[in-house]
Amino acid sequence: MKERLVVIGNGMAGMRTVEELLKLAPDAYEIQVFGEEPYGNYNRIMLSPVLAGEKTIEEIMLNDLKWYEDNNITLLKGKKAVDIDRKARKVIADDGSEVEYDRLLIATGSTPFIIPVPGHELAGVVAFRDIADVDAMLEAAGKYKKAVVIGGGLLGLEAANGLMQQGMSVKVVHIMDTLMERQLDEPAAKMLRTSLEERGMEFLMGAQTASIEGKDRVEKVCFKDGSSVDADIVIMAVGIRPNIALAEKVGIHCERGIVVNDTMQTFDPRVYAVGECVQHRNETYGLVAPLFEMGKVCANHLAKHGIGRYEGSVTSTKLKVTGIDLFSAGDFTGDDTTEELVFQDAASGVYRKIVVQDNKIKGTVMYGDTIDGTWYFDLMRDQTDITDFRSTILFGQAHLGDSGHGDDNRVASMSDTAEICGCNGVCKGDIVSAITEKKLFTLDDVRAHTKASSSCGSCTGLVEALLAHTVGGDYSVAPHLKPICACTDHTHDEVRAVIRDKNFKSIRELQQFMEWKTSDGCPKCRTALNYYMVCQWPETHSADDAQSRFINERAHANIQKDGTYSVIPRMWGGGTTPDELRAIADAAEKFNIKTVHVTGGQRIGLYGLKKEELPVIWKDLNDAGMVSGHAYGKALRTVKTCVGKEWCRFGTQDSTHLGVELEKMTWGSWMPHKFKLAVSGCPRNCAEATIKDFGVVCVDSGYELHVGGNGGIKVRATDFLCAVTTEEEAMEYSAAYIQLYREEAHYLERTAPWIERVGLTHIKENIVDDAENRKQLAERFHYSQQFMQDDPWEARANGAQQHEFNAIKQINA
Amino acid sequence: MSDWIEIGTLNDIPQLGARVVTSDNGNIAVFRTAEDKVFAIKDECPHKQGPLSQGIVHGDRVACPLHDWKIQLDTGTAVAPDEGCAATYPVKMEGNKIMLSLKPNEGCPNQ
Repeated sequence: MKERLVVIGNGMAGMRTVEELLKLAPDAYEIQVFGEEPYGNYNRIMLSPVLAGEKTIEEIMLNDLKWYEDNNITLLKGKKAVDIDRKARKVIADDGSEVEYDRLLIATGSTPFIIPVPGHELAGVVAFRDIADVDAMLEAAGKYKKAVVIGGGLLGLEAANGLMQQGMSVKVVHIMDTLMERQLDEPAAKMLRTSLEERGMEFLMGAQTASIEGKDRVEKVCFKDGSSVDADIVIMAVGIRPNIALAEKVGIHCERGIVVNDTMQTFDPRVYAVGECVQHRNETYGLVAPLFEMGKVCANHLAKHGIGRYEGSVTSTKLKVTGIDLFSAGDFTGDDTTEELVFQDAASGVYRKIVVQDNKIKGTVMYGDTIDGTWYFDLMRDQTDITDFRSTILFGQAHLGDSGHGDDNRVASMSDTAEICGCNGVCKGDIVSAITEKKLFTLDDVRAHTKASSSCGSCTGLVEALLAHTVGGDYSVAPHLKPICACTDHTHDEVRAVIRDKNFKSIRELQQFMEWKTSDGCPKCRTALNYYMVCQWPETHSADDAQSRFINERAHANIQKDGTYSVIPRMWGGGTTPDELRAIADAAEKFNIKTVHVTGGQRIGLYGLKKEELPVIWKDLNDAGMVSGHAYGKALRTVKTCVGKEWCRFGTQDSTHLGVELEKMTWGSWMPHKFKLAVSGCPRNCAEATIKDFGVVCVDSGYELHVGGNGGIKVRATDFLCAVTTEEEAMEYSAAYIQLYREEAHYLERTAPWIERVGLTHIKENIVDDAENRKQLAERFHYSQQFMQDDPWEARANGAQQHEFNAIKQINA
Repeated sequence: MSDWIEIGTLNDIPQLGARVVTSDNGNIAVFRTAEDKVFAIKDECPHKQGPLSQGIVHGDRVACPLHDWKIQLDTGTAVAPDEGCAATYPVKMEGNKIMLSLKPNEGCPNQ
């Protein structure tokens, strides 16, 4: 017989836990749910937009009654649990009926705090907690004019805004001198008040309510100083309290909330609790994100998987008033040991404050433009050292090397682990991969697949920007700090360490050792693992598994949309000869090439070749002295140069020569992502060296070395690494930098995000400050290169890997 | 009844790889999994006709090289939420020999 799970409370926390449980163990329990309200489960935090008329009740339903039926869940609608017999393990309802349980989940949420002033029980005094409250307010808005909201916090202001949208004139009564004092500092609170006043909201600050008066229903609110205001309806929004009455009554240990451990168990091991009613590590939460985290952990233990611990949440706050952007997180007041970074532009309504301690973010308050809130929040949660970008951090992440794109590119510059939807814990990477893998084109699609923007909706703007951005262009996702893919819980760095320390040279053996969840991985992890193997064991040819390479690297040509391939031979430093050009022209004619195109990397591409033609055309090109340009790989691509001092009247050094030498040194090397170099002969920088992964700008005194640039989706200009005086030094620094990137970056992470992740300081410490380390890095690169610099075209033109290029069988009918 | 054609041996296809059989009616991709199971599917992704034979084989699936749709090798259907299917062909082993029938299995309209 199935075990019986009883849930008291049909709110978001309880049902989220059930949803997670159904995912893990759909048949483990017979589930019964007590729900006092006569509805399915709805999104309580969306009541504000419902009140404001921006949403309907139907739109905020999370699980309708059919969902309960479909999942065999009995919803005890309108029934209230009034007692629990913990010995006999049964819950007693207000109608006297009893429900037995094997496990009990208490998710009773919180109750609004009603100030017990005289008159608080009058008709027309309502809280702001459930659909019934919203209905009462909407009804009042239809009949009356004057609303008074007691409480100038998050909830009060959202209620006030909603009533104003419904046409009422609204006065907000607040006991403190500034609004939302628990989330905002004074300047931000002032800006908020000003913009709400501009919308017509009125404020009575520092006002202490003494009584509410009226005959049949409320007529006015009186204050301790003797003044009063007229009111047709009064909203009490001064706070919420964990609803622990039932748990307390039956002797489950409670303090401010029901006390739970890290597995969401109460002091009675058969009884779990989640949501606003719990007290965990001395904290109670009134926001939605922690509830979902708790639900995940609780479900895991109910499903008897027994892993996962809830370790508390770092929360942030946004106000759901359309047109007003504010964001706050952490300790935003600071003390003697902290410093403040402040950006304030009252005229354009923008305010940002970051509280910093030892170059780490402790808290932040933002008003007006909050798009970087998630970035600051990530930096705070990860306790990232911000030394490298402290001077620009207030201008946001977009400022980091962005060369003037529109707004939608600001989301592009967020890291993949940046949390977009704080409610459901959906990161940018999740959304982007859902959009690309699942071909999503509308906001609703993204919501359905990722749950982002489906709870409070504050992140809708970000999700839309991300959608516009991702659908708009070809975009490859760089993994970052998280598990490599769904096949494993291990991160890139963990996997690399195991390959290195335990001598793994086979993907399959590694996957078995590290307990991969799939039999042989997926395209995402196999390509990454293969790169890590090749990088670690360059001398071991068997460590390179062709079947774990994307087709382009397996076939040494770039697959095109119609299944044909392109061929791009190397042109060293962008230089060529009449013989080479003649050979290319001959090949183009011989193979009926439809498109001959000059690439962005200073070479010539031939397009539209059938796969079986590849070894044949490669033979022709080889015979003319040309080799593969690796234009298809996560590899060294091109070295772009200008003609330098050999011809140019402004040239300061022989940039072409250095470019050719660099390309001779680096060609054939596999990288975490594509890698481009350039050498410009003077600061006019015609070779565009400052948007390359490694760029050299020649100056009269020598060579300036630049790192971490790229063109593409998000242009990033390079960071200046250092200046050197000789070509030999430029070569050594380049080799060392490339090897550092090869050894440390995650697969599919280009140098730009890598540097933003590890910090320029880290690169300088390894390359510039430590000569011995630089030398060793360069040596490791040269060691690896001796195994890599075999032209893959030549081998295949001479018959290697024939099975890759030929049909197994040709059948003619 | 199917007419079986010998197309080669198991060793002709790399593990976790594929080879192509060309025919007047289009190409057929023949896959070999890590467990040496062999599948034959029309070499066209239901999405944008990408050559599935060029994709990365993992488990009993292949990822299309063009836009990374995942296609189930045994049924030819796209993995949800993507929708669509590629025709599958009967294939069997006779000892080490791979036998293929050019008459597609029922079930997928995309033949």
